[in-house]
Amino acid sequence: MNAWIPLEALYVVAGLVLLGVAGSVARDAAHPTRWTSALFWLLFAATFLLGKVVPPAVIGYCLVAMVALAAFGRVGKSTAPERPKPEREASAARLGNRIFLPAALLPLLVVVFAFTLDRIHLAGLPLATVKEATLVGLGLASLGALAAAIRLTGARAAEPGAEGGRLLQSVGWALILPQLLAALGGIFAKAGVGEVVSGLAAQYLPTHLPFVAVLAYCLAMALFTMAMGNAFAAFAVITGGIGLPFIVQQHGGNPAIMAALGMLAGYCGTLCTPMAANFNLVPAILLELEDRHAVIKAQLPYALTIFLGNALLMWLLVYR
Amino acid sequence: MLKLIGIALVAAGFALRLNTLLVVLVAGLATGLVSGLSLHQTITYFGEYFVQNRYMSLAIVLALPVVGLLERYGLRERAEFLIRRQARATAGRVILLYQAVREVTIALGIPIGGHAQMVRPLVAPMAEGAAATEHGALNPTQTAAIRAQAAAAENVGNFFAEDVFIGVGAILLMKGFFDSVGLDVSVWDMALWGLPTALLAMAVGWWRCRALDRRLLALRGPQTTEVAR
Repeated sequence: MNAWIPLEALYVVAGLVLLGVAGSVARDAAHPTRWTSALFWLLFAATFLLGKVVPPAVIGYCLVAMVALAAFGRVGKSTAPERPKPEREASAARLGNRIFLPAALLPLLVVVFAFTLDRIHLAGLPLATVKEATLVGLGLASLGALAAAIRLTGARAAEPGAEGGRLLQSVGWALILPQLLAALGGIFAKAGVGEVVSGLAAQYLPTHLPFVAVLAYCLAMALFTMAMGNAFAAFAVITGGIGLPFIVQQHGGNPAIMAALGMLAGYCGTLCTPMAANFNLVPAILLELEDRHAVIKAQLPYALTIFLGNALLMWLLVYR
Repeated sequence: MLKLIGIALVAAGFALRLNTLLVVLVAGLATGLVSGLSLHQTITYFGEYFVQNRYMSLAIVLALPVVGLLERYGLRERAEFLIRRQARATAGRVILLYQAVREVTIALGIPIGGHAQMVRPLVAPMAEGAAATEHGALNPTQTAAIRAQAAAAENVGNFFAEDVFIGVGAILLMKGFFDSVGLDVSVWDMALWGLPTALLAMAVGWWRCRALDRRLLALRGPQTTEVAR
């Protein structure tokens, strides 16, 4: 152990939340897909609770089972209704602005924990490692805000689990999509997909022109990010394959400017792709939008204008 | 070339609107198989990377119980109520203000925000409340436009100012990459050159939020619905 609060401990807490969802689905006789949904949540809980204990192959086959349950439409949400609006309005009127306190406490605690957890040492061990401080802080902040919310509202102990479970069920199987896509990105990287892409770009584009080199690099960052769902995964491959040889070595560009703006070109790709599920698809579900791609569509004008401006900035600045 | 089969499968699967999980799994298995891995090995990698990336789901799984509880006790209704008293508030201005706050804080390395923590319980209801004050009860098209824009502002604010702070993962990743190829590049330089695009993102936000307000006006119509669920 190299810290008092390892990230793994919070994964266990998250696993228990998911186990709670599985339990409540299993007890819900009116649930349209009672047992298969419960099994889905149970398997997802197991990946959090036992992820570090059982061999990765077991998790892999659990995943295959979860995907199969979802693909055959066997993962649904409970029919239990939301609390009626008049009751929520009455409660809002009773609590007034105090209802914001736990909601404000959440980001406040995130900040405080992110800056302190790795610096406070007890008996020679930090509370959290430098690498994990932000995530551990995020988890602890949620628990702190939850305690404050229960105190403020006087809720029964079962209520946060029930409400959280209702929201988690409304996100449903899409909840595992970000992790599954990240795993796909890992397999792409393992297979060397990036090298093939940057090789093709380098072969077919007239990169002897300085502006084309910039445009090719920015476009490749955006497109490869769209394919992988992750600008970080694109960065090393595209910068090594296109940025360094053409912009820096051939045309004498400034590597710091290239990298800074190149990463931002990648983020423009993130805005346009369903592969970045945690940013684009899960929010559409959370906001109860009928069109799964509504967030991506709203982001297209941002992505295109920022991409063009950013590429222009790189061209103007990188060869100074 | 054959290794690109995964990308082709994902594109085809998304286009045909097949179950996304299935598309992703099949794309991964196909890529593994054409790259010389066995089926078992590819599934093992899926498991390994899935576990490695549990952090992606951590925030939402732990935040939803507190967000759900506060919503049950009227958080969204209160946020809407407060904004209705601000005569000058419009949906676009609320969302633009949120993007500005998000950009400034993340540039200072302060990670507040999030779709589950901020957008669903606070930003979207406030923007909807402001719009309802201006236009009367909103129709579903208007509500959807406001919500999608609020989510977009969260992402744009999060992404484009993040790299101005040198402690952030992206800057450290770039530094690590340059170290590995033997180039000495200062983290301060990289952070500094992120600034113009951060400002550009703010300007684009201003444009999109004005466009949203105009669009809400154009969408005003007899087709009405309850403001918040």
